[in-house]
Amino acid sequence: MAQLQPVGKKDDDREDDSEYSPFYGIEKGAVLQEARVFNDPQLDARRCAQVITKLLYLLNQGETFTKTEATEVFFAVTKLFQSKDIGLRRMVYLIIKEISPSADEVIIVTSSLMKDMNSKTDLYRANAIRVLCRITDGGLLGQIERYLKQAVVDKNPVVSSAALVSGFHLLQSNPDIVKRWSNEVQEAVQSKASLVQFHALALLHQIRQNDRLAVSKLVTSLTRGTVRSPLAQCLLIRYTSQVIEESSANPQSGDRPFYDYLEGCLRHKAEMVIFEAARAITELSGVTSRELTPAITVLQLFLSSSKPVMRFAAVRTLNKVAMTHPPAVMNCNIDMESLISDQNRSIATLAITTLLKTGNESSVDRLMKQITNFMLDIADEFKIVVVEAIRSLCLKFPQKYRILMNFLSNILREEGGFEYKKAIVESILILIREIPEAKESGLSHLCEFIEDCEFTYLSTQILHLLGNEGPRTADPSKYIRYIYNRVVLENATVRASAVSALAKFGAAVESLQPRILVLIRRCLYDNDDEVRDRATLYLNYLNGGGNEAHSKTFLFTSLDVPLVNLESSLLSYDASERRFDMSAVPREMKHQPMLEKKTPASKKAAKEAGQKAFANGHLTSSASDAYEKLLNSFPEFSGFGKLFKSSPLVELTEAETEYSVNAVKHIYPQYVVLQFNCTNTIKEQLLDDVSVVVDTSEAEDFIQVASRKLSSMPYGAPGQAFVAFQKTEGRLCVGKFSNILKFRVKEVDPNTGDCDDEGYEDEYQLEELEVTAADYVLKTVVTNFRGAWDAINAENEMVDEYGIGVRESLQEAVQAVITILGMQPCEGTESVSSNARSHTCLLAGQFIGGAQVLVRLQFGIDAQKQVAMKLTVRSDDPEVCAQIHEIIGSA
Amino acid sequence: MEVSAPLIKNILLLDSEGKRVAVKYFSDDWPNLASKLAFEKSVFTKTQRISARAEAEIGMFDGYVVVYKFISDLHFYVTGGDDENELILATVLQGFFDAVAILLSNVEKKTVLENLDLVLLCLDEIVDGGIILECDANVIAARVAMRGAEADVPLSEQTISQALATAKEHLARNWAL
Repeated sequence: MAQLQPVGKKDDDREDDSEYSPFYGIEKGAVLQEARVFNDPQLDARRCAQVITKLLYLLNQGETFTKTEATEVFFAVTKLFQSKDIGLRRMVYLIIKEISPSADEVIIVTSSLMKDMNSKTDLYRANAIRVLCRITDGGLLGQIERYLKQAVVDKNPVVSSAALVSGFHLLQSNPDIVKRWSNEVQEAVQSKASLVQFHALALLHQIRQNDRLAVSKLVTSLTRGTVRSPLAQCLLIRYTSQVIEESSANPQSGDRPFYDYLEGCLRHKAEMVIFEAARAITELSGVTSRELTPAITVLQLFLSSSKPVMRFAAVRTLNKVAMTHPPAVMNCNIDMESLISDQNRSIATLAITTLLKTGNESSVDRLMKQITNFMLDIADEFKIVVVEAIRSLCLKFPQKYRILMNFLSNILREEGGFEYKKAIVESILILIREIPEAKESGLSHLCEFIEDCEFTYLSTQILHLLGNEGPRTADPSKYIRYIYNRVVLENATVRASAVSALAKFGAAVESLQPRILVLIRRCLYDNDDEVRDRATLYLNYLNGGGNEAHSKTFLFTSLDVPLVNLESSLLSYDASERRFDMSAVPREMKHQPMLEKKTPASKKAAKEAGQKAFANGHLTSSASDAYEKLLNSFPEFSGFGKLFKSSPLVELTEAETEYSVNAVKHIYPQYVVLQFNCTNTIKEQLLDDVSVVVDTSEAEDFIQVASRKLSSMPYGAPGQAFVAFQKTEGRLCVGKFSNILKFRVKEVDPNTGDCDDEGYEDEYQLEELEVTAADYVLKTVVTNFRGAWDAINAENEMVDEYGIGVRESLQEAVQAVITILGMQPCEGTESVSSNARSHTCLLAGQFIGGAQVLVRLQFGIDAQKQVAMKLTVRSDDPEVCAQIHEIIGSA
Repeated sequence: MEVSAPLIKNILLLDSEGKRVAVKYFSDDWPNLASKLAFEKSVFTKTQRISARAEAEIGMFDGYVVVYKFISDLHFYVTGGDDENELILATVLQGFFDAVAILLSNVEKKTVLENLDLVLLCLDEIVDGGIILECDANVIAARVAMRGAEADVPLSEQTISQALATAKEHLARNWAL
């Protein structure tokens, strides 16, 4: 009985607690003893039911029974089928499910349960079905199948629901049996009982889910008829959106199949149906503003509901819509603002972040005032959400950086945990990088922050940034004090990064060098060896040889070999033999962290993050740095000059195929390098000599100049093959590449890892990869579009008009043109307000060769949905203006 | 695209200190007792200061949507996935809450513990393996009380007390004649 201690301990806790509980002092051993009453020849039904309740109480509190104990209880419980007491029988059903007996024990109760399944009492039948289906294995199911089939269409809803829900669970383990009930289930869908209809529809869909045509038929027939049950209606909405998603939309007619049904559901009397339909509409892929409007209208009504659940549901959905269609949500802004003071902080946070996404430039100031009060009384997790929203707002309206940066620095000074502070610091770092004007004020906020920062990680990050950015500001000397204070006051890790930061100032700013040297010299006597080592090293660099360029490169560029490789080389290095040779460290990355296999759960998150980054138009600079470093490490490509742009990943295979390949297009001034990231997903194979053969018959402007094979590709480890092309000069080279993966297959025994030596040649067709004009344009953020526009000589302006043809909406036309040009929309002009007849969109970018290019697009739409566009381009290079027009003209 | 019927992840009934009164998990998201208790603690701490008495309240906790309603010293919670229709979860919560109120004279921890069998049966009648079985409080309460079952039981299968009661009734009727 030693393991019963936890329960005993609980009793001690309760001693001073005078609260009465019928389970006071309950103990597993004693209850198991009590369970012997189940064996009495004269059953006391009341007492037995009490003992069962006690057993269930123990289980519910997290107590576990050993195998023997469970078996004993189970056998005793089976005796209780002799009693005819209704209440006791109900408890017997419950405890059998809770104990979940093993397969060989189940046989004891099956006859009793089968008897109850044929009882005249419907509640017995329903419960017996649920218990039996829960505990049974496939073998027994055959015997009772006939009863279950009948039960599905039973006139009493409790029996019918029990059979249908059990069928739903059984479908996992015994699909064949349940599939034979199709006709009965279909009949049950017509049931008048609300929940039966719901269960029947759920089961019917589950049975047919892999048959697209059948699901589509089901939806077609039911959306015409009358599904009465609200829950069933919600299901039907889900199935309908699935059908919409899978059916190829007809872009010409513009009408989406089943949209009318979804819209009709917005007028349903049950709120859950209205909401389900509204949500479904907002989630339609490529939803138009016309389709959105009715859904947004009902959600807006929900916002002022007295029920928190409805307000939450609505604001959460609108928040998602605001990410993709901010103008559509703008109508709700007034209701949204009143939610900032909502008692429920989840609702308030969602409202604020929605407003931050939909707000226009003029509302920023007012909004920020409201948020400042709000920030005081919410938890860190909510604050992080707000900080992230403010960061994207700032990137959207760079002119507002002052007020937003101030806000961030204010909250940085307040109390908060690490995650929260990290989110703020990272936001400031991003703003400094993206908005040049914000750099100086951002840096001084960060300097103040490290004066009193308890988080080593954040201090070192900031010091690193100060070292890189500080020397390039107007007055570098003012940062020295903050940095040197760290050397005096902080722990060894922070001191070491402070020394590095100082050295960077010393190397970059000549006038400061003598003073910096004095400061670094003081660090020679630090009591931490890393700090001393760094000080010694930097002094040598700064004093020594006078090779200024060399010391700058050393200080400002990070290591050009992957750290993992360096680590393994160092581990195998024997100091006695010869000097460590840095150039001997392999530069080829074993696998890129970006491509690491992700668990299904994180996949979605990663995808969303990826989309987010993409939507913001910022390929994180670390990613492009990594690409450049990788490419430069190969002699074939190192002479290509400066990498202009790397595209996002393009998938060249379907998901779940044998070999998974995606590609990145690296654009150089005169060259294009295609990087193929390949993953072998077959355990039994090792691939050797992996290369990609590229056919350029549809890309005649490109001449292949180099390629790089992947020598070996074991299961699961991604590797890269490359092909490089020279572009025809004086022309904007575009074209389609068709690609074949070639390799030698060797069989591997996955258990032993042995592999056969011979192998055979094989190839695998990949999808085509296209180089388009957008690949030659880099998105750039322009903070003051007007100013930049005026700064370019108006003589270098080219204007022309184009007809775009019939489009669903202006928004669609705008999006299409932005995608073709691949440029960065400025000042939030990428979103068109609903029902607008004309729109102006501003784009900024850098053309290959380095010329800045600005574009003003003026759109108009007529009653026939004909869209016309006036394209005005300005660039320092008139050639570039012509090329932009050519891109549009040929698109 | 995976389309699923609304799924309930768990239903929790905790006391005013966050201790378990009755809980039922329908999902493997919490594989062991420790993770279950951690979830209960997290949800309780994040909601204990909120007044969820007049109307059901709602929040996102640890990536789940949780709707909750409190009465006297009891905290009722229903949890769904982050993509679940909030209004459906609220309907389930209301069904549970009202069914308990119908079955018990007084909804407080003491009476719930005294009638724990009824509350556990409520949980069993509301959701089966994550699928909503019934959310009408009156229907749930009737099924828990096995109302409607008595009438069909033949005389020979009744308990002694029931048999006595029936006999008395017969006698009384006969006497009246």
